[in-house]
Amino acid sequence: MSKLQLELENISAGYQNKIVLEDVSLSVYEQDFIGIIGPNGGGKTTLLRVILGLIKPIHGNIRYFISRQEIGYLPQVNQFDEQFPITVHEVVHSGLSKGIRTGLLKHKSCNEKIEEILDSVGIHSLRNRSIGELSGGELQRTMLARAIISSPRLLVLDEPNTYVDNKFEIELYTILKRLNKTLSILLVSHDVGTITPYIKSIACVNQKLHYHPSNEISTEQLKIYNCPIEIISHGQIPHRIIKDHQQ
Amino acid sequence: MEFIELFEYGFFRNAFSAALLMSISCGIIGTYIVTRRMVFISGGITHASFGGVGIGYFFGIPPLVGAAIFAVVAALTTENLTRRKILRNDSIIAITWSLGMAIGIIFIYLTPGYAPNLMSFLFGSIITVTLTDLLFMLVLTLAVTMFFMTFYRTILYISFDEQFAKTRGIPVMLMNYLLIILVALTIVLSIRIAGIILILSLLTIPQNTANLFTNRFGRIITGSIITGFLASVIGLYVSYLLNIPSGATIIFILVVIYLLGRLLKFITLNYHLWISEKLLKKPGRTGGS
Repeated sequence: MSKLQLELENISAGYQNKIVLEDVSLSVYEQDFIGIIGPNGGGKTTLLRVILGLIKPIHGNIRYFISRQEIGYLPQVNQFDEQFPITVHEVVHSGLSKGIRTGLLKHKSCNEKIEEILDSVGIHSLRNRSIGELSGGELQRTMLARAIISSPRLLVLDEPNTYVDNKFEIELYTILKRLNKTLSILLVSHDVGTITPYIKSIACVNQKLHYHPSNEISTEQLKIYNCPIEIISHGQIPHRIIKDHQQ
Repeated sequence: MEFIELFEYGFFRNAFSAALLMSISCGIIGTYIVTRRMVFISGGITHASFGGVGIGYFFGIPPLVGAAIFAVVAALTTENLTRRKILRNDSIIAITWSLGMAIGIIFIYLTPGYAPNLMSFLFGSIITVTLTDLLFMLVLTLAVTMFFMTFYRTILYISFDEQFAKTRGIPVMLMNYLLIILVALTIVLSIRIAGIILILSLLTIPQNTANLFTNRFGRIITGSIITGFLASVIGLYVSYLLNIPSGATIIFILVVIYLLGRLLKFITLNYHLWISEKLLKKPGRTGGS
């Protein structure tokens, strides 16, 4: 049995008298790869924000068995101000920041790490560009690099597949699969079909959370539709392979 | 009169030093508020400080001290109410903006006699800067510079992505409050130069001029300081020569420099296009299209 990393118990959360999540429980173990799906406004992002400690739940408990700074985070890219004067290198460096001592980080040791990560996500040549000069896919790569540079034990990704081309999407999942050997992943997507081949379990979030553990996904079935992501997203399969929610 | 000879006058030396100090603090703080899109918030803080000027006149305390207190309170209130999403951000700004002005007007009206230097608070008067003013400016400029040098990366990362910074354990709230206090104090001390009504220009035009040529946070700061200082000194000299208000002249020069910058950028861009077109047409080159 792999180790428990964090545990949400009967969490309710929301904004200004508006409940977005109700009575949500979820456990994340080492090497999990949980796909979080659900409609827009269903509370997927709110769930991530609770896990990251960015909003306090109204009810319920979260227990962390890893340090909160061991969680890597890739937010939705559409929230950034493209005109903000910051370079790819600086953005990735911010992934290494540690509390108030951020300003004192030694540059030399960081640089090596940054170069390495930039290389691994294929944007080394863009390191001195400012983020306004990047395409959607390049920005996603930058954000991924920022999220993983601190070698997190849990990686939280909010819609990493928006604004990316098919080529990078496949590449992204390959990178995630590789990372998954050493860390657990929570991946939010509005598109169930795209992520199914890669995830180990699914959490459906629409105010409430329904968890479908790994054994409910028939890997045999998925193998038939293996490679091209798009075929799966247009097929019926994803909706059939998980059990109905028990109300 | 020659420019250099002006340095024989104490008032000019003071004005020159004030221009230098305020170019530095406004260059830094302005870059922060422009890139973080807090210009309108700063406008609110600026105008709210007028309430402090009025109260200062009425109770006989230095108006700038009153202004500083009002500006800091307005800054903290705006920041706090915005965080808690109690009101819409722009509404909060409009309310503190007009409330401060209203308090100022009432107390100046109630003050017996007439309010000396009232116009200089509204429109600035760099040539009446005193040694005490300069001392305050020096302390503030040192504080702002040291704060930004120590926490440069922290500030940059918070400004770019506050939520992410929080996940990295950066004390975002504390930094935001410290920064907004520095913004408020910088604004109040710049009142001596440009006045409440014109101050925003010192915090925005140099930054946008520098931003024409660079997209690096640090270089925008340096560029703004140079542009701001250049404009202040030229403005000061022109206002002396033509005998027109210094604050307004400085702002006019800032805009002229900005427009020249745009023109320069336009010319260099087109020059590069022209060169590359010419190279492509060059006979003997193959493979190009």
